[in-house]
Amino acid sequence: MKIALIGNPNCGKTTLFNRLTGSTAHVGNWPGVTVEKREGVYKTKSRAAEKVEIVDLPGVYSLSPYTPEEVVSRNFMIDGQPDLVINIVDATNLERNLYLTTQVLEADVPVLVALNMTDVVERDGDVIDAGKLESELGVPVVPISALKGAGVDKMMERALSAPRERSGVTVLGKALSDKLDVALEFYKSEGVKSPLFHAVKLLENDETELARAGAKEAAQKIGAGEDTEAAVVDERYKYIVAKLAVARTRGKKEKFSRSDKIDRVLTHRIWALPIFAVILFAVFHVTFAEDFLYIGAWASLGGGLPAVSKLGLNEGLQTFVGIFYDGAVFSPGVILFNMFDTLFSTIQDAIGGAIGAQWLSGLVADGVLGGLFAVLGFLPQILMLFMWFSVLEDTGYMARIAFVLDRIFRRFGLSGRSFMPMIMGFGCSVPAMINTRTLSDENERIATIRVIPFFSCGAKLPILTAIAGGISQYFGVGNAEFITYGMYLLGVCVAIVSVLLMRHTTMHGSIPPFIMELPAYRRPRFKSLMLHLWDKAKHFIKKAFTVIFVSTVVIWLLSHIDFAWQYLPDEKMNESILASIGKLVQPLFTPLGFGSQIGEYGWVFAVAALTGLIAKENVIATFGTLGACLIALGANVGGATGDMLLGDEEGITSAVAMITATGISAPALIAFIAFNMLTVPCFAACATAKAELKKGTFRMTLLFWIVTSYTVSAAVYTVGAWWWTLFIWLAAVAAAVTIIALFNKGKIKLPRRKVKNDGGETK
Amino acid sequence: MDKKLSEFKAGDEGDVKSVAGEGRIRRRLFDMGITPSAHIVMRKVAPLGDPIEVNVRGYELTLRKSEAECVVMTVNER
Repeated sequence: MKIALIGNPNCGKTTLFNRLTGSTAHVGNWPGVTVEKREGVYKTKSRAAEKVEIVDLPGVYSLSPYTPEEVVSRNFMIDGQPDLVINIVDATNLERNLYLTTQVLEADVPVLVALNMTDVVERDGDVIDAGKLESELGVPVVPISALKGAGVDKMMERALSAPRERSGVTVLGKALSDKLDVALEFYKSEGVKSPLFHAVKLLENDETELARAGAKEAAQKIGAGEDTEAAVVDERYKYIVAKLAVARTRGKKEKFSRSDKIDRVLTHRIWALPIFAVILFAVFHVTFAEDFLYIGAWASLGGGLPAVSKLGLNEGLQTFVGIFYDGAVFSPGVILFNMFDTLFSTIQDAIGGAIGAQWLSGLVADGVLGGLFAVLGFLPQILMLFMWFSVLEDTGYMARIAFVLDRIFRRFGLSGRSFMPMIMGFGCSVPAMINTRTLSDENERIATIRVIPFFSCGAKLPILTAIAGGISQYFGVGNAEFITYGMYLLGVCVAIVSVLLMRHTTMHGSIPPFIMELPAYRRPRFKSLMLHLWDKAKHFIKKAFTVIFVSTVVIWLLSHIDFAWQYLPDEKMNESILASIGKLVQPLFTPLGFGSQIGEYGWVFAVAALTGLIAKENVIATFGTLGACLIALGANVGGATGDMLLGDEEGITSAVAMITATGISAPALIAFIAFNMLTVPCFAACATAKAELKKGTFRMTLLFWIVTSYTVSAAVYTVGAWWWTLFIWLAAVAAAVTIIALFNKGKIKLPRRKVKNDGGETK
Repeated sequence: MDKKLSEFKAGDEGDVKSVAGEGRIRRRLFDMGITPSAHIVMRKVAPLGDPIEVNVRGYELTLRKSEAECVVMTVNER
């Protein structure tokens, strides 16, 4: 038996799905978290008579699809042959939710209405008479609370014992019955399933329906169009209001709910934007700051706080205190990072020392552990960043941000809705790209998918932190925290400029509409938050031990074997297969500062950038592997050993080793970060982009990523190295802007190329 | 007195008289409950002057002024 869950966005479908199937799918407080149908099996304590499959569908406001993910729900309900549809109705928002119910009832499929969030309704002092609704709608109506589990067993009991067949009924009154009868005749003669559903949709002037052969003629015959559309909608709501009046008794209500009070502060005319900026800063500060609350900086106004090595502690205690404090108190994110890191380096040293054979100890300690730990060490910070964003989403604040920022987004030809996938991009590009399905405008989707990788994902975070740490430690310039912020900001700026550029060149068109529900504020649920984080951690660890594990082993082997298949000790790394390949591509990166000019070990940067295409964690894993070998080379490459490296963080140590060995400059390092952040994302993200984009646009997207990353990094490097080149870049930008502007005004014309007519591709 | 929803000030209330607009936008407004005779309370304008937040059929909805322009309202006197 197959049961489909259908309902408005954010009405609790996924919460119910998780409860029924025992899964841990992500639940948020944003209309449109679920964008794909999701299947599971009903888990019950009572005897399992029959396997019951549960299908969670994306939320819809009506069965006339508006965005790509809404099509999924309609198609499954009508053509997916579910044995029963559970229509989840948010009882706190009865009118709009029942609007969908009136459409669901028109299909020839058994329906059960689950009145969700009844506990909240009762708390507000309202009473909903489920019995009255049931007798009016003609299908079972069961009050439940998906979150607390109340009524869910009873709901399933009734669902399983419900009759397996039902004919569609409509709430439309006499006024439209003549037209409806004609439409019904047409569909019956066509022999389609659920003829009533389709007939009503025809009256509703539904785009999908009109695409059917003969439907346009039938619609013309009965005079279906915008007028009948309005009439049908009107009748539905009139019916709901009339029937609601008997089912709901309103209790006394405060004039301003809790949600309103919070809203008055968070979306305040003046304070909304500053509050948003402060929250965003706080999130990053708590996660990355090496000087938490700037205690160290404040103290330096007086005498300053002593470094941990000056405290006169013994070695063990010094390591322990160093986790929390070194001249400044670390933020929680950094403390967690240090804990992991101290643990990892202890393990690595112990294992490395325990193995006798030199090559084996090199492979295990440097190759495998060096690479893996360099990546795993960042897990706490990645999870923490992810957690803050989840909290902001669960509370409903993200939706308010879309509301506050829409005006800015519109300036760039997007809508506030695209804010969510972009923010998700800070976690991982893959779900972020999938989430763009909630965008109704095709151009907005393409533009958003293209810039999502610029919102530096969790896997790119190690690149930022390790190299920023390396820069501030080796060159003694800047503050690692601010370099990290700066790079995030650079990514966002590049994204904005790119969208503007696309909107003015290849993607002219109207600005997408912005009509969105603002969900009530909710307290984030600890359990669902933890489940969500656990899912994320599992995914990350799995990836570390599969893709990244294999990559590091391969990289280590390739860097210790020459073309004659002979094992090479660390000192001879430059003769390895990997070095030869690296040296081949190295000149390509010369304009970016990490090409030919950084000497015989410079190829390590080229190799790191290439391995990043598999998974971005690989960049730092490669650093870990190759950096460990460079450290082993020791004095040969400029003395990157000794005190300078001891007791430091894994990724940063490797970065410093690579900086010492190659003599790369600080601007080139920044360019290296910029390149990795902006270039073609990992395989997984590329595959997702390819699947989500229309045929033909993916190749252009790849080219776009390559060109953008190369140009921006070259600009960063040249301006950083020779400040006066800034004027050349500015002149180039000014010229480009002028040409685009003139072209758009029709002052310049390009020779028109013949447009090939092969489907999606348009140039 | 008739007025467009986009001309409402925070706190204004009224009933929807008619909904115009391009096909898909009109459809979306309908689906979100903005239909003739629906009661709408204007809640606030976003800090940057657009979009607006309204209360319709018991929930909060945000839409742009350009979309609110499609909705003609009968104003309730306060």
